[in-house]
Amino acid sequence: MGLLSDPNRRRALISMLTRLNAPICVVCYFAGVAWFMGLAFEPFTLRTYMSENAMGSTMVEERFPAGERALATGREFAAHKKKVGGMPVDWLVKNMQDRGLEVFTQSFSRTLPFPDENKERYIVKGTNVYGILRAPRAPRTEALVLSAPCSPGDNNNQAVGLLLGLAQYFRNQIYWAKDIIFLVNEHDLIGMQAWLEGYHHTNTTGMSWSPLQGRGGSIQAALSLELSSDVITSLDLVLEGLNGQLPNLDLANLFYAFCQKIGVLCTIQGKLQRNDWDSVSGYNHAVQTMMLMVMKQASGRPWGDHGLFLRYHIEAATIKGVNSFRQYKTDATTIGRLLEGMYRKLNNLLERLHQSYFFYLMPSLSHFVSIGYYMPAFGLLAVILLLRALDLWVQLNTPPSTTEDGVADIDQVRHTPGVLSVLTPLVISHLTGVALYALPIRFQETAVEHFPVSETEAVVLTAIAIYTAGLALPHNTHRYYIVCVCGTEQGWRVLKLVAVLYLAVLLGCTALINFSLGFILALTLVPLAAFVTPHVPKVLSAFILVILSPACTLLFSVFFFQELQDMPVSFQDGWLLYLSVISQGILDHSLYGSLVYPLIALLVYPCWLLFWNILFWK
Amino acid sequence: NINPCVQIIIHLLSVISQNSAGQFFSSGHTNNWAVLVCTSRFWFNYRHVANTLSVYRSVKRLGIPDSHIVLMLADDMACNHRNPKPATVFSHKNMELNVYGDDVEVDYRGYEVTVENFLRVLTGRLPPSTPRSKRLLSDDRSNILIYLTGHGGNGFLKFQDSEEISNVELADAFEQMWQKRRYNELLFIIDTCQGASMYERFYSPNIMALASSQVGEDSLSHQPDLAIGVHLMDRYTFYMLEFLEDIHPASKTNMNDLFKVCPKSQCVSTPGHRTDLFLRDPGSVLITDFFGSVRKVELTMDAINLTDPINPVNGEEQKEVYSYADQLPVSEIIHQKPKQKDWHPPDGFILGLWTLILLVFFKTYGIKHLKHIF
Repeated sequence: MGLLSDPNRRRALISMLTRLNAPICVVCYFAGVAWFMGLAFEPFTLRTYMSENAMGSTMVEERFPAGERALATGREFAAHKKKVGGMPVDWLVKNMQDRGLEVFTQSFSRTLPFPDENKERYIVKGTNVYGILRAPRAPRTEALVLSAPCSPGDNNNQAVGLLLGLAQYFRNQIYWAKDIIFLVNEHDLIGMQAWLEGYHHTNTTGMSWSPLQGRGGSIQAALSLELSSDVITSLDLVLEGLNGQLPNLDLANLFYAFCQKIGVLCTIQGKLQRNDWDSVSGYNHAVQTMMLMVMKQASGRPWGDHGLFLRYHIEAATIKGVNSFRQYKTDATTIGRLLEGMYRKLNNLLERLHQSYFFYLMPSLSHFVSIGYYMPAFGLLAVILLLRALDLWVQLNTPPSTTEDGVADIDQVRHTPGVLSVLTPLVISHLTGVALYALPIRFQETAVEHFPVSETEAVVLTAIAIYTAGLALPHNTHRYYIVCVCGTEQGWRVLKLVAVLYLAVLLGCTALINFSLGFILALTLVPLAAFVTPHVPKVLSAFILVILSPACTLLFSVFFFQELQDMPVSFQDGWLLYLSVISQGILDHSLYGSLVYPLIALLVYPCWLLFWNILFWK
Repeated sequence: NINPCVQIIIHLLSVISQNSAGQFFSSGHTNNWAVLVCTSRFWFNYRHVANTLSVYRSVKRLGIPDSHIVLMLADDMACNHRNPKPATVFSHKNMELNVYGDDVEVDYRGYEVTVENFLRVLTGRLPPSTPRSKRLLSDDRSNILIYLTGHGGNGFLKFQDSEEISNVELADAFEQMWQKRRYNELLFIIDTCQGASMYERFYSPNIMALASSQVGEDSLSHQPDLAIGVHLMDRYTFYMLEFLEDIHPASKTNMNDLFKVCPKSQCVSTPGHRTDLFLRDPGSVLITDFFGSVRKVELTMDAINLTDPINPVNGEEQKEVYSYADQLPVSEIIHQKPKQKDWHPPDGFILGLWTLILLVFFKTYGIKHLKHIF
């Protein structure tokens, strides 16, 4: 007889499952955490290598000469920017036309749902200027993009200057097989979103923009440049994009290859690579780099102007010039040569970048961990939920009286309530989630009238208030149960079974799309899902549940993130930072379509509320 | 009144020249053909096109006309959008030597370079509408040079990133050529990774083969040009081109020197060659027998008597049936015993055996099980 069909063996399996459930869960949890921490250990990682054949074996001597002239152009740009008090559209158009590009502009405007206090904007109106360098002999079927943001103040002037210098140099070459689009976008991400929506004829975020008059082909790759000083000491690569999407690893490999060829110091997450992986401090360094990437990916926001390209399956990255206190300085000509080399290699592409990985983590710029290596860490955490679900199922199906013979007591009514009984807590939790999602923005005016706060603060504080109000729910909803939950001892088991399975599916789907977000949520939610029952000590468990809830996870992540960047904050500053993070999350959702806020509000928070419900089950 | 010794000498000389004249008209080949194939496309395979074009250049320089060259290039590097020097294909860095020129005649271009077209060219089975420039119109007195380059592996050569030709197919195509008497002698050169695997299966006579690397070795590329941004040539063909640049139509360099081209120190891979199917000694085979189109010209001041072919018999018209002699028995060449046909027991025996087994089965387990079968 088979393993599962033989009643004796089945009973033995089931008893083993129930006996060893808690130890296995604990072991799995620590194994999952250990696996994750071990990912940064260098022998477990792979060296990066160029996977795309078309980009691999070609080597060119870069000849860009005009770094100083580019910086002079940057200074001119700064002067005109100050004079106009925004984007000097006419000067840019004339300058690009003089360099032989086909120049077009796009104007856009957007009213934010509430004022953005980080960037101090509410009604945003701007213009994007872009020039297209047509490929001399090729049909206009493919394009590459080089963009630099037009930032207020003294930022990124040199980036625009270098962009114009490269445009002039590229215009004199005949070996371009793709059109190159040089884009200067205003209001960073909002302008970029308007341009991309106009280019691809979509309108997903409710922005109003004028249609693009000129177009290249389908964009194969894009680089965004941020350069605010005349000389730099290192170049930083930013990969994380919207919703935690990453560009193809080949783009990072390309950047690293050129850094090594030209001899520029290159960093990722602002951290330089170290060679002493077997020492404790070396390992710490790698772990910090990887954790920074995990945090940035989990936040779901684009960390550079490139982040919005990824949604359209365009591989993009941001290159930031960093000027810190190091001896060896790199000038603009060298940066221009690096970009020239990268664009010449991208020019050789025949298809979109697809040979290398799309899902990876990078503990350093020359090492990576692919999805096949990091997924088991999450898998071990998900197994805990499945084991718990199995355990609950077994408990639900064992009759309460201990009759050992195989004859089923059919006449003994087993008070296993059906699935309908859990409908009430489910519906109420999800309604609370919907309230958390919709109400803060809707009622910001009312809140501003009644309380002495600004709109942004109103939105954030309303969100926190609704979140905290949800904690009061279990005491009030018991009288609304539709179906008589006879045998309430089993009632909470059914609810917990449903909640655990729901959490498992939710976390699994999240981890597939955005591994970092799924893993961080799993780290906190899985233990509480596993141990919560109505019988654990109430006050302590309530406290632990609140600590492990998504909002507190976010709070701790903010402090942890600041620690990782070597910029620790005091509690007050941390709290303000936390509030601004919440407001940014809500804004990202309405401006660019980021999914983190709806996910937390509509799905994760109701799930957590179900567990809160179980804790206070009567 | 000539001295009798001198008379004898003159007579001997005339006999010798008669013999050599006889030999002149009965030996070797009378025309040369070349089939040069580059099987890779894409910009980063620039070096394969440069390889083929440099062999084309040498072959043309040594006298084979375009009408006798079938040039197959799978991609157009000279006019590729990424070429910083359009209309050129360089073989030496710093753009020393442009092998494209302005008189290159490509017969099969782009997607026309397929395994099917290549085999059709070799065997001559082309549709009647094919123009002459795309045909290999060789006869039994033609010496053919076949040069292949591209990406290959153990036993195959990749065509155009979508199909492959195997060494068995190639050997069979050469055998078809032999049976149709489409060549006198064939020189096969291949410059790919593991190229020696491609000539392992040849079994037709009069084939000499050279490859740039042995099985398990990769053929490496030579130098990159930093302005164009690609590797310009493969090592083996680069050194072979240098070797051929020293050959002129009257040189007497023979095949043994070609075998020494690109030793391991220069090529990193070990070039190989195969001469067991070839009748003549490689030391007596001139390079120009294959790479050039050398017309044998001998100047003589004397009249030479050619022997009469056939004396006509009066009144009778002799009709002789001519048949091609089997110049070389194949099994002697490849030293193989004739393959034994595998012996199978007769079919009836197997049927009887199964009936016996069934009967024993039913005897043991009882006849009542028989009704479950029927």
